[in-house]
Amino acid sequence: MSESRPAMERRLASHTPLSEGEVRLRKAWARPAGIGILSEVNNTVVGRYIIVTGFAFFLLGGILALLIRTQLIVPENTLIDVELFNQLFTMHGTTMMFLFAVPIMLGFAVYLIPQMLGSRDLPFPRLSAYGFWCYLIGGLLVFGSLFIGAAPDSGWFMYPPLSSLPYSRGINTDIWLLGLSFVEISSLVAAVEMIVGILKVRAPGLSINRMPIFAWAVLVTAFMIVFAFPPLLAADIMLELERAFGWVFFDATRNGDPLLWQHLFWFFGHPEVYIIFLPAAGMVSMIVATFARRPLMGHTWVVMALIAVGFISFGLWVHHMFATGIPRLSLSFFSAASMAVAIPTGVQVFAWLATLLGGRPWLKPPLLFIYGFLFIFVLGGLTGVMIALVPFDWQVHDSYFIVAHLHYVLIGGMVFPLFAAFYYWMPLSSGRMLSERLGRWVFWLMFLGFNISFLPMHLTGLLGMPRRVYTYPAEMGWNTLNLISTLGAYLLAAGVLVFIIDVIRHHRSGEPVVHNPWNAGTLDWLAPVPFQPWTFFSVPQVHGRYPVWDQAELPGEVDRGEHFLADAPAEQRETLITDMVSAKPLQVLRIPGPTWLPLIAAVITSAFFLAAIAHLYALALVIAAVVLVIFIGWAWMNARVPPVDQVDAGNGVMLPLYLGGVHSHSWLGLFLGLLVDATLFGSLLFTYFYLWTAWPDAWPSAPFLEARLPMVVGLVLLLASSAAMAYAKRANQRAQRSGFWLGIITAFVFGVAFLIYLIPLFARADLDPTRHGFDASVWAVMGYHFFHVCIALLLAGYSMARVVVGHLTPRHDTDLRNTALFWHYTTGTGILALLAVFLFPF
Amino acid sequence: MHNGWQARTSNRALGRAAALVIAMLSTGCGSLEGIQSALQPQGISAQSIATVWWIMFWGACAILLLVMVLAIYALRRPKPSRLGHPYLIIGGGLVFPIVTLTALLTYGLSIGHEFHGGAAAPAPLRIEVIGKRWWWEVRYRNGPSATPIVSANEIHLPVGVPVEFAVSTSDVIHSLWIPSLAGKIDMVPGKVNRVRIQADTPGVYRGQCAEYCGTQHTWMAFYVVAHTPDEFEAWLANEQRHARVPSEAFLQRGRNAFVDAGCGACHRIRGVEQAFGALGPDLTHVGSRRSLGAGTIDNHVGTLAGWIADSHAIKPGNLMPPFAAFDGETLRALAAYLESLQ
Repeated sequence: MSESRPAMERRLASHTPLSEGEVRLRKAWARPAGIGILSEVNNTVVGRYIIVTGFAFFLLGGILALLIRTQLIVPENTLIDVELFNQLFTMHGTTMMFLFAVPIMLGFAVYLIPQMLGSRDLPFPRLSAYGFWCYLIGGLLVFGSLFIGAAPDSGWFMYPPLSSLPYSRGINTDIWLLGLSFVEISSLVAAVEMIVGILKVRAPGLSINRMPIFAWAVLVTAFMIVFAFPPLLAADIMLELERAFGWVFFDATRNGDPLLWQHLFWFFGHPEVYIIFLPAAGMVSMIVATFARRPLMGHTWVVMALIAVGFISFGLWVHHMFATGIPRLSLSFFSAASMAVAIPTGVQVFAWLATLLGGRPWLKPPLLFIYGFLFIFVLGGLTGVMIALVPFDWQVHDSYFIVAHLHYVLIGGMVFPLFAAFYYWMPLSSGRMLSERLGRWVFWLMFLGFNISFLPMHLTGLLGMPRRVYTYPAEMGWNTLNLISTLGAYLLAAGVLVFIIDVIRHHRSGEPVVHNPWNAGTLDWLAPVPFQPWTFFSVPQVHGRYPVWDQAELPGEVDRGEHFLADAPAEQRETLITDMVSAKPLQVLRIPGPTWLPLIAAVITSAFFLAAIAHLYALALVIAAVVLVIFIGWAWMNARVPPVDQVDAGNGVMLPLYLGGVHSHSWLGLFLGLLVDATLFGSLLFTYFYLWTAWPDAWPSAPFLEARLPMVVGLVLLLASSAAMAYAKRANQRAQRSGFWLGIITAFVFGVAFLIYLIPLFARADLDPTRHGFDASVWAVMGYHFFHVCIALLLAGYSMARVVVGHLTPRHDTDLRNTALFWHYTTGTGILALLAVFLFPF
Repeated sequence: MHNGWQARTSNRALGRAAALVIAMLSTGCGSLEGIQSALQPQGISAQSIATVWWIMFWGACAILLLVMVLAIYALRRPKPSRLGHPYLIIGGGLVFPIVTLTALLTYGLSIGHEFHGGAAAPAPLRIEVIGKRWWWEVRYRNGPSATPIVSANEIHLPVGVPVEFAVSTSDVIHSLWIPSLAGKIDMVPGKVNRVRIQADTPGVYRGQCAEYCGTQHTWMAFYVVAHTPDEFEAWLANEQRHARVPSEAFLQRGRNAFVDAGCGACHRIRGVEQAFGALGPDLTHVGSRRSLGAGTIDNHVGTLAGWIADSHAIKPGNLMPPFAAFDGETLRALAAYLESLQ
């Protein structure tokens, strides 16, 4: 079934002489040589960087886990002192959650999604590369703090007041807050990239109902990131403001509330678990179909289940706070919601079972790992239902029972599918197979090691052992259980070691394959392996969910260039933009090739965070300005007026090179970015309301807020500026030059007037953010809005400059549309901010 | 596949080994007993939670078994099974969980709550526990207006009646957990959380801080002594008394050392004028307690001396400074004096 390497070489050789189109295609997609490869932005390169980095952090986090287990092997062990132990478990959790699990799944998405959807690349390749460099530098910064003895030590959940200045004096916590904020940028960037990619660059005919489950899973996950990460970012920023400048958000002695952190953290933290699990579940659906040798049963059910999990996961966060003394009614609601999430997950499990039962399963290493996943994950899900029950949670919360549960769902739900994915998709990258024999060893060592280590922990917890203790007395009845757990952990590690040996071995002596070794049905297996940067000689037209199964002739047709974009006439990288629902071709998108810009921008962004960690705030501001200039320069290169209007996309289909307005991929990208921003703003507004509910009797008011005039003036200025901006956009579309200038300058003047009028008013008011949670949250909400007005003004200036140099014309008005979108968004958030601050509580 | 048969047998053998190991692990790991075990309940709340646990445990075993039997059956049959049908998805993934989860939730919501959040009638005895880094202040109050009796690191309570616990913290978040008696309740800055706990069997149990609270979270434990009502009244009456004034010269020397070294700046001993501090545990009856350093070591004259001289060797990072300057005899006298505070 698989073609041998010499056979492929013969076939490729017989293909010569290359057609001129192919020569141009190869040239456009050529990877830079030598060190220049670091400037490559193509998804096949960046995706691999992310996966390799994520795996390296998996190993580092695993080493920390082994140190933890070694300390706990016998009672009252003195091997590791308490200070180091507290850093170890904090960094183990932090590394595994932030530096391994989320990024590596996004890495797989970056690497696989374009190919799986029949695209040549993602729509914003430079942004993916920027995200990767932020992740790498931020990850090294956070993890490296262990080696200077300044690693975070307040737990990966960083609850204040333990993480507040009085109880955490060093820079440990600052490294966590700022370093991880930096890393989170990469996840947010990747999420926006994945949504736009999945919605816009699917192959013609790959309509939304034919989209592979992994793409669905990544799409849902990316939306979850958009709504889950900003609350954490907001919480990070607020805690850092409290630590660095004394602003009150979480300090109960000054009318803040430490539970506010827990709400924001778990509003992120619980969806986070599903952000890790859903892509893995998507992988499982792909692998199960391939190895059951039939289409996934209940495809639509599984899609609905994924979406349902995405929604429900935002309604569960309080189940991490059952013991904090929350009212009984809320407890019941969150208990019910926590159980409800088991239903869509059950649908997926039974869809996999039904597919296996209805197919002819082929127990190769990837499926073996899926079986391991089934056992471990179902067990973890069942204990999850148990702890959703409030009284039971009161007993086992923060005990080793929870340690067992969370590792069952995370290692079962994510690591086993990940290893299945490695064994399944490795040939795409290397063109060689991992060993089946070693694969079985890896599986059994990991599976047995895992269960030997974590199954006893359920009992350890029920016998009363709390989490996060560096040792325990000998007479508690926990000794044997801990000994077994530690031995199991070594066995698990041995499995990972054999895997690494297999990977190294397979690069030299793995069985070479050329084409679709598993006889899979989806587009990721359409092209010959290993992947070439352009992936497909021509972008396929597809007719079903499993094109490789459904269209027997497809590989040959694609290789012969009989489908789309078999040429790169301008020697530029191109991919197709298709309709979000029907996947009808709409545009030929020219995408950037290798550039150093992402790396440089990431390095300078990291300098900003380093300066802030070192409390050099003036320097940080200067660096922030430099970053802003770089991003403006970056944007300046985009969305140029194309040399020709339309090009031949292949087979005589003429498509435009430029799509303006709401059809443009950049408009969608900005829209998603604003969703992120709105969620962050919403978190700040939530803070304002939440602190009021915590201290309704001690809620002061500032005298100037009693007067309504500033609010009315502010609202009028915002609305007037938005109206003027809308007028400018319309005038430009109608090619009325003077109307455009009149509108945009009026908007600009109103915006400036808003700032000049309101900022001094707030500055002079009797508001002291270090005094009371009210003052701090008013400043947070208003400060955030003022910052947005400044950005809106900057964008208006940018649009004016683009008009002057001719990059923005009546027909090519993406920049202006984006500016207007941002402007109206700023007006909207401003209205909410002003109404909340001036009118609430009534 | 040339090694298909071999692979299958090794799979089968390893699969059996796995099943065996897991069965051993889940049954033979040791006893369910212990002074901190939730599975050896000594109070009504822990009892109902243990009951629900065993119900859920057997239910979960059955469901896991069902799933794995289906999954393994899929590998062992010659042709596609009729079970591989969308009905399986609807039945197993939708109907079955909705029915079982509804039943479980209804049952779960009906238990345990009477002890969290407080019931209508006031409990006769109220115990206030204040979490500190890394020890517990315990105050006993008979009725809302009575002056509290302050103690530390040990909780005494009568069996057979619900006791109201009012828990708070003076620094970071802690969590009070006595697995043998009840679930845990957090101590959150700016809040007082209430919970009712009832012990049913006289005995000594252990509790521990369950919310990570910094360096010495590990050794922030305590003993709970459940007395018969009469014993409890006697204990409380003794606890209420001021510290005994020593008559023996050796003990007086210890008392003087306590005063001269300024121990009283942090520790209170009722009846000793110079011992008024509130930073460390109240020592009025320290000699009667079972442990030192909040459950870190047993309490006797030797460990008392060791603790005073260098508590950091015993509980690294705790907030009491080491007092290495005492000569041996003075240290022994001081330890003996503290031990005499019964």
